[in-house]
Amino acid sequence: MTDDKSQPIAYELAKKQKEISVAEFFTKNRHLLGFDNRRKALLMAVKEAVDNSLDACEESRVLPEISIEIIHINNFKYRVVIEDNGPGIVKKQIPNIFAKLLYGSKFHSLKQSRGQQGIGISAAVLYGQLTTGRPARILSRVGPKETANYFELNIDTQTNKPMIVREEQKEWNKEHGTRIEIDLEGDYIKGNQSVDEYLKQTAVINPHVTIIYTNPKHEQVIYARATDELPNNAQEIKPHPYGVELGMLLDKLRFTESRTLQSFLTSEFSRVGPGTAKEICENAAVLPSTKPSEVSRDMAEKLIQGIQKTKIISPPTDCLSPIGQELMEKGLRKELRAEFYCATSRPPSVYRGNPFIIEVGIAYGGEIPKDEKANILRFANRVPLLYQEGACSMTQSIMETNWKTYGLNQSGDSVPVGPMVIVVHMSSVWVPFTSESKEAIAHYQEIIKEIKLAVQECGRMLGSYVRKKSKISGQIERANMFEKYIPEVADSLAILTGKKKEGILQGLQKMLVKPEIKQEIIQDDEDDNLYRMEFNKKEENEDSKEEPA
Amino acid sequence: MKKNKKETEKALEQLGLKLVADIEKGKNPTIEFSLRTLSNVVFDKQSKKLQLGEKQQQRTFFNVGHAKKFLQTLEVAKVSKSLLDVDKHASLRDVFYMAKRTIPSSNINIVDEQTESDKAIEDLELITGHSRELLNINANKMGSVAGNVIIEDSGDSINWAKLGSGGWSIPSNVENIEFKTVKAKYIIYMEKQAVWERLHEDKFWEKQNCLIVTSQGQTTRGIRRLLQRLHDEFKLPIYVLADFDGWGFYIYSVLKFGSISLAHMSEEHAIPEAKFLGITADDAINYDLKKHFIKLKEVDYTRLKQIADYDWFKKNKEWQRQFKMMKDFGAKLEIQALSSKGITFISEKYLPEKIKKQEFLD
Repeated sequence: MTDDKSQPIAYELAKKQKEISVAEFFTKNRHLLGFDNRRKALLMAVKEAVDNSLDACEESRVLPEISIEIIHINNFKYRVVIEDNGPGIVKKQIPNIFAKLLYGSKFHSLKQSRGQQGIGISAAVLYGQLTTGRPARILSRVGPKETANYFELNIDTQTNKPMIVREEQKEWNKEHGTRIEIDLEGDYIKGNQSVDEYLKQTAVINPHVTIIYTNPKHEQVIYARATDELPNNAQEIKPHPYGVELGMLLDKLRFTESRTLQSFLTSEFSRVGPGTAKEICENAAVLPSTKPSEVSRDMAEKLIQGIQKTKIISPPTDCLSPIGQELMEKGLRKELRAEFYCATSRPPSVYRGNPFIIEVGIAYGGEIPKDEKANILRFANRVPLLYQEGACSMTQSIMETNWKTYGLNQSGDSVPVGPMVIVVHMSSVWVPFTSESKEAIAHYQEIIKEIKLAVQECGRMLGSYVRKKSKISGQIERANMFEKYIPEVADSLAILTGKKKEGILQGLQKMLVKPEIKQEIIQDDEDDNLYRMEFNKKEENEDSKEEPA
Repeated sequence: MKKNKKETEKALEQLGLKLVADIEKGKNPTIEFSLRTLSNVVFDKQSKKLQLGEKQQQRTFFNVGHAKKFLQTLEVAKVSKSLLDVDKHASLRDVFYMAKRTIPSSNINIVDEQTESDKAIEDLELITGHSRELLNINANKMGSVAGNVIIEDSGDSINWAKLGSGGWSIPSNVENIEFKTVKAKYIIYMEKQAVWERLHEDKFWEKQNCLIVTSQGQTTRGIRRLLQRLHDEFKLPIYVLADFDGWGFYIYSVLKFGSISLAHMSEEHAIPEAKFLGITADDAINYDLKKHFIKLKEVDYTRLKQIADYDWFKKNKEWQRQFKMMKDFGAKLEIQALSSKGITFISEKYLPEKIKKQEFLD
């Protein structure tokens, strides 16, 4: 800087200023996409591939059957193989889909799907390439009349373009489908946030899917489908004005073919007719006849304010494909050994112009651990969310619900304690995640309110079950109580009278089963049958126990 | 009401036989005995004592509400029988510990609190018609007496005038005490141990030729029986010195008429001629004690109302006047308020004056 011969320093700096490729950005910031550690990386690779497979199958109305195999190569090297029976991918698109970041069909549309940004699978490919140096292997076939295409792909981290290492046609006995093989650095550990858990939860929330999973220990688990009913095909919708942001609006204004602002508004947004469009313009103090290309930044900002001031009906909700109360319950029954199941599906609601539906299911009792905090399974568009439980509005809503009313333990605003699994599912054309790694749902008031309502609906069903159960167990306890008291009373009476204890004991035990005495003990006509069932069962057990002796 | 050991043993056996007979008949084993609540306590105007009414309660075994109590009643009956068998006495506390055991292969204790076993013992008295003492169960010693009296207890001769600062501890069973000499004109029974100590230190009993007796809080049965015997056998008037509050009044009430929960024992305990010496509402004015008033709380008002509504106080104008004055003051007084006049005020002025003037409430 002190050198007066030199040019201003900015020129020097300019030499270093250049475009950063997305791929390069990723290599430095892989945690943003969820590849922060080996264990999570393995999960992310599986998750991205499975999400894509399921989306593709459903879109082409095929009942998904997905096989996942994880092979331990050495140390921290793993091979992930995912194969689906989906529609396949045409040859030309394979390199772009798997080896170009931010390439996909989903980002530009407002439609309920698992993937959203088109980053996922290519990020997994890039991660594998960075950690093992090996390209991803893709095999895909679109129909019985065509041969399968095989690619080995790398990503050029400078240009974010696919590099085809190898390309050939192959025989494949599958009529249609896609198979991807990625080698990557990972770590296989069971438990929460593991691949195992992710696939199990996927099976719970997607009862129409069959998953065949082989883990690195060569153990195979098959999650068979519980229904042949595919979820409704989600419809694509135009954005609702309430959800529009300035940048998005400016983009749309630039690329529209409409010639007036009024027609722009009606054609680009849902629920906006000519009248509403006019009203928006009036509220924004902008002429409806303005050419979209002439709308300045200031005007666009006014337009957004105008939209907020205008009453616009909610977006259509038929674009959503919820699981439904019945299938939700089926999914729970299929994968969780509980004694009580319930589920509820809320009517559609809207946050920031995006329609969404909340569904909640509860599995209670049975083999679910008793004295632990309830297990919360979170799902967004049928995808399990395994990380950042604490940061998620689903967790928050559950903690802010008063579970004591439903017969569970809860200290303050925390996750309730009891043998319970709570499933929360949000379907939306655009799920608001707190970060790109799609782990937690953002805290929109509308969303929290809906989750709470759904949780309460299930809570009430659970509550009446828990109460009934405790009533019955109270009755059994009382019957047990008398069984304990009888020897004591017999003993006292024997001492007082000098008679034999055994006779008194038998006399009392005989009375315990007399109907009028039973009535005294249970003191409740309504649940008499339930009690009797339990009680008789118990008696049978006792009998069989005593028989040999 | 002298019953001997044989009769007590017989009564316990009767109870057992009745229940075994029920069982043999396939009948829900049931014990029937008088109801022990205010609703079944009547004030007998003739004897001026509280007595149990006609109402009976049933305690059946196969009944969720009764079972535990049934069990406890039989447990203490068993304990009593075992005590009688070996001719030993146990205290209420002992009985509690004997019954406080866990039923095998369960987590249920037969009793958890002493109040439970105490209640069971009281019930057993009613059921068998034999008092606790006859069942060989005693209460702890509570309370002291001093004065010019010589007694014989279990072969020992005891002079109540020569027992130092503590006086004679009154046992729970005074049935077998023999009075050898009694030199006193009256007895003052006081609620507070501290006041007793004051009077004892001042040799009040010597100067005034009386007996001073205290308990701690509620008057135990041993003390009540002792007072009754001294009153009946030596015609000694009994004056009660208690706080000016609902609980103080009730101490007097129990001594005079009998207690609600032990109405069945009134015959052996109540002293209808006992008089209330103080502290009265008039004392508060006459001795200028108003500055030591303690404001009445919600519970005080409730208790006061209960007492005022008791049959045996209801038609007593003098007492109703006291209750009304307390309500008007909105305040109560402790005996110790008298100490503000000087430490010996109570023994040198207040008591002699009140007794001289015969200023009592009846």
